[in-house]
Amino acid sequence: MLFWIPLLPFLGFLVNNFGARRLPKKAVGAVASGAMFVAFVASVASVRALLSLPAEEREVTQTIFTWIGSADFQVPLGLRLDPLSAVMILVVTGIGFLIHLYSTAYMVEEEPHEYARYFAYLNLFAAFMLLLVLGENFLVLFVGWEGVGLCSYLLIGFWYKNRFAADAGKKAFIVNRIGDVAFILGVLLAFTQFGSVNFKELNGLVAGFRPEETFGVVSAIALLLFIGATGKSAQVPLYVWLPDAMEGPTPVSALIHAATMVTAGVYLIGRNAVIFAHAPEVMTIVAVIGTATALWAGAIGMVQNDIKRVLAYSTVSQLGYMFMAMGVGAYAAGIFHLFTHAFFKALLFLGSGAVIHALAGEQDLRRMGGLKKELPITYWTFLVGALAIAGVPGLAGFFSKDEILYRTFAGGHMLLWTVGAMTSLMTAFYMFRLVFLAFHGERRTDPEAAHAHHTHLHDAPPAMAIPLIILAIGSVLAGYLNVPAALGGSAFLEHFLEPSLHVPVVEGMHGAADHASHGLEMALMIVSSLIAIGGIGVAAFLYLKRPTIPDEMAARFPGVYRFLLNKGYIDELYDAVVVQPIKSLSEHVLWKADARVIDGAVNGMGQIVAESGEVLRHIQSGSLRMYAVSVLFGAVMIVGYYLWS
Amino acid sequence: MAELNHYLILSGILFTIGTAGVLLRRNVITVLLSIEVMLNAVNLTFIAFGRFLGSSDGQIIVFFVITVAAAEAAVGLALVIALFRHVETLNPDAFRQLRG
Repeated sequence: MLFWIPLLPFLGFLVNNFGARRLPKKAVGAVASGAMFVAFVASVASVRALLSLPAEEREVTQTIFTWIGSADFQVPLGLRLDPLSAVMILVVTGIGFLIHLYSTAYMVEEEPHEYARYFAYLNLFAAFMLLLVLGENFLVLFVGWEGVGLCSYLLIGFWYKNRFAADAGKKAFIVNRIGDVAFILGVLLAFTQFGSVNFKELNGLVAGFRPEETFGVVSAIALLLFIGATGKSAQVPLYVWLPDAMEGPTPVSALIHAATMVTAGVYLIGRNAVIFAHAPEVMTIVAVIGTATALWAGAIGMVQNDIKRVLAYSTVSQLGYMFMAMGVGAYAAGIFHLFTHAFFKALLFLGSGAVIHALAGEQDLRRMGGLKKELPITYWTFLVGALAIAGVPGLAGFFSKDEILYRTFAGGHMLLWTVGAMTSLMTAFYMFRLVFLAFHGERRTDPEAAHAHHTHLHDAPPAMAIPLIILAIGSVLAGYLNVPAALGGSAFLEHFLEPSLHVPVVEGMHGAADHASHGLEMALMIVSSLIAIGGIGVAAFLYLKRPTIPDEMAARFPGVYRFLLNKGYIDELYDAVVVQPIKSLSEHVLWKADARVIDGAVNGMGQIVAESGEVLRHIQSGSLRMYAVSVLFGAVMIVGYYLWS
Repeated sequence: MAELNHYLILSGILFTIGTAGVLLRRNVITVLLSIEVMLNAVNLTFIAFGRFLGSSDGQIIVFFVITVAAAEAAVGLALVIALFRHVETLNPDAFRQLRG
């Protein structure tokens, strides 16, 4: 049963990839979306079966076959469903299905074979992601891990004739690969130390140790895995690929940001919670990197003018929150935020896709405005998503983000909490800046372009509207899965996830303090609600009431503004520090070494043979007597040698 | 009574004559004959050693040598005939090139 979940999208991939040229567009879309829908149904059924088991036995394992068998080292191609992967497969198949459905309308203008190629990749992406979250050992996870990397390359560079898109695809692939090196090293280190790549066995072995007070082997494993996670989940310093990934089709962004790919790093830490819990120093690193990413990306997001870029930095920032939660030991809160974030981020991306679709490809916020009346479905669903991510009470983001902030505060990380709260303010601000710029105020579209394209804007067609509405409902309701006890809830998700994330409580650990008072939690909730509303208020004031102020501010602080607008010049920095030296090293040193040393050695061998042949050929004169003399001479020498020695 | 050394000296003389024939004569037939002389010089050594050591091994080896020499003579003469048809001479110096 379990193996059908990744297999169905994979079959969809096979059909669309190899039968592509013969299938009409409708069939292509139906196959791809249908595969995802059936996978979703299978996931729901599996999770229901899981829920019917008693809490401590919630685990279904299926071994498909022995993949690697070498003496006592056995790696089965095995799948395991436990509470953590249950949450993940529901997100991947559920949100993934909606994105597939949406894509059938969004990509409708593509050529038939391009259309089929797109859906084949989309299915493959989902299949690898499902394999990643269902794998019971590191090697199966790694197949999925690399697979989503490949698919991100294929989909970001989907419009490969566009130079930027092709480059962005390569960038995503290469930056991910840097993280992957660390990931592989981490897995190998874990294997050499513990002789297993199975998550359950590894966690069982590590659980027997005391947490490492100084940096030891377990810390090294955790750190390497975390570096792998920073690549896949776009954390500082390897986040640079994600904003560029906006060159791909918008639903792909939604898929990468919400359902697949970037959540893999968070999942990886959750999956290896025991290992991380035994490496307190690495936990601190995770928390600090997460918080730094949240703040940095939030700051950049505030000034970007491309609607998708704002959302991209928003994703990086929200992922930072998730890592912050992981770093302070609030694993369930991190996974909860991953879950709610999937809803509203998919919603926001698909909503921005609807805007871009309506405006025939326009992505610049400065040329939007006043779309509220003309795109009502898009506007209202987008507004729900924005309210949810901003953390307005009652919506999904409020519950999950507050959980993280509360756990951080209760764990005694005041500095991290302060930065997190600031980021929360930024989140509310940039999100509503986007809403106000795009949907409110006057139309700022180019008059000429308006005549050409925008004479009448059409709102999202049904195949796009339905996913938007479902996701909007999800963005409201997803948070109620884990209402904290302070608000009279039962924290269902947290208890559900407990067996997967069960970490033995050890003294001196960076654990989230569960015994902190409900009063504190309430107080913090009020604070963050005020922050969210404050951020929206500031955005409203700046972009609705006094739209001149932002430009004045930008003019008054040109340095800061340009710094953030140009994304902190990080791309330029990486280019100067990493890319150019490697390029010049290749051109000036390695290429010459290759031409001279390696080619020289190969050509030299040939030359030596040719030249020695030129010399030696004179010996083989064809003269019979010469040969006879040589034989005689040799015979005399040998006999002489034996006589004298 | 002939001693071992006498046989060995005779064998050495015969071998030297044979070698000189191989190296110096300009007729392939003579060269082949000279090789026979060399072979028989060696045969003589084997027989002499066998006799003086009271062993039959020397004679056994000689039988082998005679058999091989017969085969060699047959093949060698066949080659000489084939070569002669090509180049109309028996001078080994004319056989310098592999292509006919």
